[in-house]
Order: sequence, then structure tokens, then C-alpha cells
Amino acid sequence: MIKILKYSFSDLMRSRWSFIYLGFYLILGFVLLFLNNDLSKGIITLMNVIVVLTPMIGTIFGVMYFYNSREFTELLLAQPVKRSVIFLGQYLGISLSLSLSLIIGLGLPFLAYGIFRSGEIANFIMLLISGTCLTFIFVALSINIALFNSNKIKGFGYAILMWLFFAVIYDALILLSMIVFEDYPLDNYALVASFLNPIDLSRILILLKLDISALLGYTGALFQRFFGTSSGLLYSLLMLTCWVAIPVMLLLNRSRSKDF
Amino acid sequence: MIAVKNIRKSYGRLTVLNDISFDVSGGGIYAVLGPNGSGKTTFLKILLGMVIPDGGKVLFQGQDISRSHGYRTQIGYLPQIARFPDNLSVSEIIHMIADIRNQPSKPEPLIALFGLDKFMDKKLGNLSGGTRQKVNIVLTFMFDTPVIVLDEPTAGLDPVSLIKLKELINTAKSSGKIVLITSHIMSLVEELSDEIIFLLEGDIYFKGALSELKIKTGSNDLEHSIAAILEP
Repeated sequence: MIKILKYSFSDLMRSRWSFIYLGFYLILGFVLLFLNNDLSKGIITLMNVIVVLTPMIGTIFGVMYFYNSREFTELLLAQPVKRSVIFLGQYLGISLSLSLSLIIGLGLPFLAYGIFRSGEIANFIMLLISGTCLTFIFVALSINIALFNSNKIKGFGYAILMWLFFAVIYDALILLSMIVFEDYPLDNYALVASFLNPIDLSRILILLKLDISALLGYTGALFQRFFGTSSGLLYSLLMLTCWVAIPVMLLLNRSRSKDF
Repeated sequence: MIAVKNIRKSYGRLTVLNDISFDVSGGGIYAVLGPNGSGKTTFLKILLGMVIPDGGKVLFQGQDISRSHGYRTQIGYLPQIARFPDNLSVSEIIHMIADIRNQPSKPEPLIALFGLDKFMDKKLGNLSGGTRQKVNIVLTFMFDTPVIVLDEPTAGLDPVSLIKLKELINTAKSSGKIVLITSHIMSLVEELSDEIIFLLEGDIYFKGALSELKIKTGSNDLEHSIAAILEP
């Protein structure tokens, strides 16, 4: 599998897009830090960018790479390599190269600014962890969509819709349902609802880590009580892991029965 | 060596292979023939595990190939359309496949044979169809495999390369290998093949030596025999 991973990874590293993505984070990081001169504000701004952007890039790269590397996949399938190894290797290749762009692209500006000498290091690491998790989740989801749709245009459309759903529509639906049922106690409902969407989960995790949950009002206190504790953090990370594991299992299962 | 037992495959409502069974045991050149869409490529892909059959099984050296992948070290496969990752160079893809297969390979004599030396650093995306097919041939023949599967190997080849390809196939045969080949060039099939497996509407219409097919259809060359089967 290491070999497949190596070749997918080096294939992606050759493409300009990885570097454009890296460059974007580098610029964003430097501009935010050196114009803002405030680490925690910088992290909050970055959070808003990351929770929306990493899923989007993961989704687009996932489908694009899968459809573009169909020849490579067919070539590999005729070789004495297990199917699950081929798909897992390619999946890890995309996810790792995107995650590296994120970590290096944001890591360098923050290192230059002196993140290690400040108290914000834990928050910054939390930001990178959730960004990486989101990348792994959305690449897996989008490859699933590509595996189920041999029509490129359809696959691309569904993938974008999927991103839009988690990034925008889901929140809108939750908000709407809260307005409709505002006479009922909704705290636990809000907690569970945000748990079921990886983007919301990451956002809340970082917000709470930054200790600005007061902005969230009464529900925020509840969230703080749940997520603020170490077990809350553990559950959230566990949930993010499930969000990676389930699509990956689905992907491997689907790849086993697909014709090429 | 290869035993195909009751293989069925349909794509939606279209049945491509309907209960196909046969054995291939000794070395030799076996031509899989049939009209367009008769399931030749599907059959070869089932043999390689790229297409999963709806029913039946394929035994390779007595082992069921489903859920197995190691047996593919014994098979060299030349796909119908030579499609490779565009941004790799010729030498890179040769090294990559040798690395992934983890088998001893001898690409150099083949590269020299097809005059690919000057293309070694070129990107695969910039090569012509015929040159890409030559790379395809090098990738198939550079391993010493007892079974070689060739799906339309002549596509895009010039006459000189075609003669070289025929020599390669004949050398493989004389060293006791099994060569499975599909082609629409009947003169090539006539020249090379020892046995013919003719697929028609999902069934094996005929399996046997070329001479038997001629007798069965009462024609004196393969092209007319096939035409006699398709348009009686």
C-alpha cells in the first residue's frame, strides 16, 4: 500500500494545484498575522475559513482526482495488488497531500510569528487537527460519490451538493427547526444536531477551545459543559474519527464490487 | 490452468455472458472472437478480476480467483485502449509497474525492439496512439508470465511493429505460455491462433481448432467462416 500511496502522492505533488493550495494558506497566514498582530483573532478568522474551505477543497479534489486517475486505477487493477489496497492508497495519497498543504501553509506563518512562545499553541493545534479531519472526511465522502457515479458531471454535481448541504443547508434546516419548535427545550437537540455534522462539530470545538462560548448564550453554557470537559473533547474527536471511518469502509466495500 | 465455470454477467438488462464454461490447459495461442459487444473484453476483464461476474467462477491453477490477487503475478495483460496517467514519462511508468509488481522485469530488449529509446523521457500524454500501444506492449511482455492476455494488441501499430509483435507472441508460444488474444484482424488470428473460442450472444458458439471451424461453416478462410456464422 505504501507504494500506491507513494505514487498517488507524488502524482498530486506534481500537479500545480497542491502548490496553489499551499500558497493560498501561506499568504492567508502571513497576511492575517502580520496585519492583525493578534494571534487569537488570527485563529478565529482562520477557523471561519478552514471549516468551510477544507471540506470544499477536499470534496473537489476527491472527485477530480478519482475521475482523472481512472486510467491509473485500471492499470493498477490488472496488477497483482489487492483492490482495497489500491483505493485506500489513493485515498490516503489525496488526503495526506491536502493535509500537508494545510499544515505547512499555516504552520510556517505561525512559526515565523512565534506561536511556540505564546499560549495559543493548543488552540492552533486544535485548528490544524480539525482541518485535517475535515479533509480526510470530505475526501472520503467525495470518492464515495465518484465510485457510485460513473458519469463525471453527475458525480461532480452531487459532490458539490454534498458540501453545500453540510456547510450551509444543514445549519439552515437546524435553525428553521429551532424556530418552529422554539416553545420546547432544544438544548440537547442542538447538541446532538451539531454532533452529526462534521463542519459544525469542528467549528464548535474550536470556538469552545478559544473560550468565547459566551457568544453562544445559554446553549453555549450547555456546550461548554459538554465539550469543555476532557470527555467532551474525547467524544468529539471520536465522532470525527467515525466520520472518517464510516465513509472509508463504505468506499472499500463499494470498490470490491465495482466493475472497471 | 484456467478453468471457466458457468460465468454469467449482465449490465442492466443487457446479458453479455450467459453461462460460459471452458478450459484452457496446455500452452498455445487461443483467440477469443466474436462480433462487437459479444463480451470478449468483459470475459478477459473477469479473468483479471477487473469485472466481477454475477455468477460462476474462474479457477486459475485450481484456485478460485475471486477474493484473490496473487495469481495476477502469473498474467501479463495488454488492455484494449492504451491509457496511462498523462503526466508520467515512459521510463517512469515502466519503473513504476516493475516496482508495484515486485517481479523481475526485462524491459530493455523490448524498448530497443520497438525503438522507444528516444521516447523514454517524453510524457505519456504527448505520445501518439501507436507509440503508446508500444509502451503498452513493453509493459505486458517485460515480465516472464505463464499467461499473456492481449486485448486488441494491433490497434494503431505500423506494419513493422506488427511483425515484431507477432514474433513476440510466437516466442511466447514456443516457450509454452498460454496466450489469450482478441482481435478483429482475421488474418492475424488465422496466422497465429491454435484454437478459437467464438462468443456469440453471450454463449460459446464454437470452440476448437481453426480447421474445424472452416469445415463446420464450409468456407475456406476464417473471414468468410465468421461472416457465415453472423449472417447465415
